[in-house]
Amino acid sequence: MNILTELLNTLLSTVIDVIPIAVIIFGFQFFVIRRKPANLTAVLIGFVWVLIGLSFFLLGLEWCLFPLGRVMAEQLTDPSFIQAAQVGQTQIAALNWRDYYWVYLFAFSIGFSTTIAEPSLMAVAIKANEVSGGAIGVWGLRIAVAIGVAVGISLGCYRIVVGDPIHWYIIGGYIIVVLQTMVAPKLIVPLAYDSGGVTTSTVTVPLVAALGLGLAENVPGRNPLIDGFGLIAFASLLPIISVMAYAQLSELIGNDAARSQQKNMHK
Amino acid sequence: MLGSLRDLLPIVLVILFFQYFVLQQALPNVAQLILGLVFVVLGLTFFIHGLEQGLFPIGESMAHAFARKGSAFWLLSFAFCLGFGTTVAEPALIAVAKEAANVAATGQMIEASAAAKTQYATGLRFTVAFSVGLAIVIGVLRILKGWPIHWLIIGGYVLVVIMTFFAPQEIIGIAYDSGGVTTSTITVPLVTALGVGLASSIQGRNPMIDGFGLIAFASLTPIIFVMAYGMVI
Repeated sequence: MNILTELLNTLLSTVIDVIPIAVIIFGFQFFVIRRKPANLTAVLIGFVWVLIGLSFFLLGLEWCLFPLGRVMAEQLTDPSFIQAAQVGQTQIAALNWRDYYWVYLFAFSIGFSTTIAEPSLMAVAIKANEVSGGAIGVWGLRIAVAIGVAVGISLGCYRIVVGDPIHWYIIGGYIIVVLQTMVAPKLIVPLAYDSGGVTTSTVTVPLVAALGLGLAENVPGRNPLIDGFGLIAFASLLPIISVMAYAQLSELIGNDAARSQQKNMHK
Repeated sequence: MLGSLRDLLPIVLVILFFQYFVLQQALPNVAQLILGLVFVVLGLTFFIHGLEQGLFPIGESMAHAFARKGSAFWLLSFAFCLGFGTTVAEPALIAVAKEAANVAATGQMIEASAAAKTQYATGLRFTVAFSVGLAIVIGVLRILKGWPIHWLIIGGYVLVVIMTFFAPQEIIGIAYDSGGVTTSTITVPLVTALGVGLASSIQGRNPMIDGFGLIAFASLTPIIFVMAYGMVI
């Protein structure tokens, strides 16, 4: 019974979130376009599936992944855990950034794995695969983005631990993006820019926010209000770089393959 | 179904590894965890199914209809409404706006009273929603005109960098983050389908080069507007 009420509550709040979107879409459809969309019933049923799917998804996350992830983020950033991990040291020295290695590993793996499960990234990957006629693989794109997010969040954690100002990192990232834009295959550039924004939604944001806040609370000299932010920014910048790198790499491999094929033909 | 299970496997492995090997604790509440996992798998499966049946087709069919109608005014006002409407109610944005109000109060930019904070948070929310609406408009205009995306994005970056040096220190972290949180799970498929649909129904546009990029604008303008908001108030 309890499960049912919770499910209904989640469904209700998802519906409320979707109402403005539905009003805009159908308002324009009926008053501006003034034509019934093709197979309206299929579309409406599709909307219902999306609603039910999102509700189940959110409730399931709330039950299993979020509480565990949050508790883990707190425990891993706890100074007593980090000091216990300093093996072989006779006295507890002042913590330096290397002692947080479990945090970086956790940041990396949670960033990677939550991105793989991110529904909006799946949507974009499916679309990109369709539009490119299969040249951009769904999995290739998802893994490239996931690696970007993983590196981004680890880097962001490192920044919180050492306390550097965020803007140098972000500006540095922008410079890399601009340079890559000049040399990357033209087709990938818009998709790469997009992948920065899609990575951080339902799954990643709550877990990553907990990690950042936990770190900023526990590292001496950090202010959670100011230093706790910024992980999401890293997680939306690094995928741009990694997706372009992925395209450059596949182009390189493709060129090599084409060249060796040509050689074989000449023989 | 099997696909969703495979999508979730990495998270499960990560959690188990850290729980048992690093923290060395047993899992609490195993029954609820498994039920939750089943729900997540079901939810993902339904979502993807609905995506291909509902969100993608409606986004594309509207794009085609607008292209046939040939009225840039209605297309752009649709773009603005879509961006504004989907962002203003976004739960992640509401949470971030509240945090930002706390930061502003600590930094003594506003009074530390509840009323001042609420006012600040609401103002911020509408600012961000407006900026996303504007972003989709710029993005759609770009598709119509065929402007190359990278000049616009690089221009945006330059603006962000310049503003970083003038905006209040406290707001910078939140501003950078706000770019990532504005694009929700339902907005992304719709906006992507709209862009790709437009690019494929306008002659001379390549859906791969011109169709993508709307989301990129939607995650760049909030950074600029949040910093501007911090500077003005």
